[in-house]
Amino acid sequence: MELTPQLVSLQLVTGVALGAVYALLAIGLSLIFGMLGVVNFAHGALFMVGAFLGMYFLGLTGNFWFSLVLTPLAVGAIGLVIERLLVRPLYGRGIDYPLLLTFGLSWVLIEAMRVAFGIEGIPSSTPPALRGSVDLGVGYFPLYRLFLIGATAAIVTLLWLFIEKTRYGLIIRAGSRDPEIVRVLGIDISRVWLAVFGIGCAIAGLSGVLAAPTRAVNPEMGIPVLAESFVVTVVGGMGSLPGAVVAGLLVGIVFALTSLVAPDLAELSIFVLMALVLLIRPYGLFGKAGYMG
Amino acid sequence: MTRPIDPKRRRLLAAGAGTALLGVPAFVRSQAATVKIGFPVPLTGAFSAEAQDQVRAAELAVKEWNDAGGWNGAKCELLVRDDKLNPGEAATRTLELIEKDKVNFVVGSLSAATQLSINAVCRDRKIIFNSISQSDTINEAKDWSLYTFHEALNPHMTAGAVARYAFPKFGKKVVYLTADYAYGHEMVRGFQRAGRAFGTETVADIRHPIGTADYSAFLPRIQQAKPDVLVLCNFGRDLVNSAKQATDFGIKQSTKIITPVLLFTSRLAGGPDAFEGVMGGTSYYWAMEDKIASAKAFNDKFRKAYGGAVPSDYGALGYAGIRSVLQAVKNANAVESQPVAIALRQLKYDWYKGPQFYRKCDHQSVQSIIIVESKSKGMKDKNDVFNVLHIEPADEKNLRTCDELGHKVST
Repeated sequence: MELTPQLVSLQLVTGVALGAVYALLAIGLSLIFGMLGVVNFAHGALFMVGAFLGMYFLGLTGNFWFSLVLTPLAVGAIGLVIERLLVRPLYGRGIDYPLLLTFGLSWVLIEAMRVAFGIEGIPSSTPPALRGSVDLGVGYFPLYRLFLIGATAAIVTLLWLFIEKTRYGLIIRAGSRDPEIVRVLGIDISRVWLAVFGIGCAIAGLSGVLAAPTRAVNPEMGIPVLAESFVVTVVGGMGSLPGAVVAGLLVGIVFALTSLVAPDLAELSIFVLMALVLLIRPYGLFGKAGYMG
Repeated sequence: MTRPIDPKRRRLLAAGAGTALLGVPAFVRSQAATVKIGFPVPLTGAFSAEAQDQVRAAELAVKEWNDAGGWNGAKCELLVRDDKLNPGEAATRTLELIEKDKVNFVVGSLSAATQLSINAVCRDRKIIFNSISQSDTINEAKDWSLYTFHEALNPHMTAGAVARYAFPKFGKKVVYLTADYAYGHEMVRGFQRAGRAFGTETVADIRHPIGTADYSAFLPRIQQAKPDVLVLCNFGRDLVNSAKQATDFGIKQSTKIITPVLLFTSRLAGGPDAFEGVMGGTSYYWAMEDKIASAKAFNDKFRKAYGGAVPSDYGALGYAGIRSVLQAVKNANAVESQPVAIALRQLKYDWYKGPQFYRKCDHQSVQSIIIVESKSKGMKDKNDVFNVLHIEPADEKNLRTCDELGHKVST
């Protein structure tokens, strides 16, 4: 095989598209962890539920864009219920309580989808407007994956504007630094937590519906995704949103470039990256000490 | 996960057991109350859809045999276990089936690796194991015993048939995208060996871990290589995802995509778009019923038992695997391993796809191979997914020779 500049460039674009999904997933995880201190092991399952609901809404409405709006709303609503009924009673206990709860919950969600849609999963298809591949000058690349990169950039920008520029974002930021003071200032912090958990889950659902057209939708599709998004979160730093984005892209690119030269080692490469980052920066690229304590 | 129990079947079994108890003298009843068959398959994991269908079809074979009176009043009981697609788990479950549940026979498995571990356990305990998933190794002398039978096709046969059909038609430059485990490796070897006769050239053999969801990182390289043929040597959901993504990357514009095993279940799960024009081999496709009477009979029984559903390829193997063993019990008039093994060796059967027999030296079932292409338009219903391009008839010469496999005695 010849490592031409064209091939390497195309591989880089592939890595960015892969990284876009990783980044989105890690943002949802990081948002919930940074604010609530909850390690959400149901994140992969919510991604999977998002993919199923996305394809279901697509079948129902015949419109991918509707599905793209409806799905995060639905998965976000599931998130609200999970926080209010299941996670909230566990605040103030050790970090492992919600971890075990959400781990169990992920299996409940997987089984629920098996019951609802069958164990084989459902076929997914690319929306007609985004089918086909485009010539990037270095080779052909699927239009849908370009859309994926664009959509992720848009979502990340909106989320950044929301958190940095709005009053609610200010409360969220303040709440993640010092919930006591926020409470003293007369803000009902539990409602903020509820909202943040919902947003985190909605983003997981959104990444599910966005990823669905690129792969088979089945009840187990969230399991490997969970492991990958934890790698990204750890590399970026638990709780850091810029960290999630940078690490997502980094992991995607490392995976893609390793695939090119040593496909057998591609899966391993992202874990090696994680180990290296942790050796040099034990709290991740953008992380702060003390979160896991 | 629990296995769905068909209430009708349950009643029938209960009624059957009742009459058996009434009608049979006490001494026979104490001698052989039930013929137990252990059935370890991956009910959970990537191949669960195929495994569930194997169970359905196996239960059909058991019911059919019991309804026909069983053997000397003894009915058959199927003990289904989940091997979780894990060789260690498969070995443990099989050991339990033999030691604790006291099964007479083991039929099952749905991966090259689990069947080898099941076979090792059965071989040591002199229990017949009829494997219903693909493997080349199981035929080879070092893994083989008198009690090892192989109902399924093997990679050498499947890849060979697909290669013989596809390579002369589509070209010589070949790239393999291979799941990195025994199944994938054996398939690649099968294609390369059959390809030698046509002068094919392997441009690249790219290995991916089993269970990969995203293949995009492997595809630019394949795009650049512009092979005539891309062979997807993977299985189940891996095949669905890699075919779908290869389509997205526009690989089909200049390359024919083929796969050794194009499964009915994969095609249903992947949908028509992902598989458009993809060609591959299979052990069975229900629409063969137009040409083959036993296929029609089997489909009708299956449809009747399961609400109009048609059996899948691996499902059909579950049926044949069980039916062969149960027929051999009757022929041998025994349940002990040795006489039943001898009866199996002598069996000539046509359960569902035309004439078959187990080759004497390695107990590989010699059978036809069906070459199919995925349909994307003009489908009559949801089960109408393939065009049958060719049926390669059963022929011993498409197998590796007994000498090559290391079997000293060739008959």
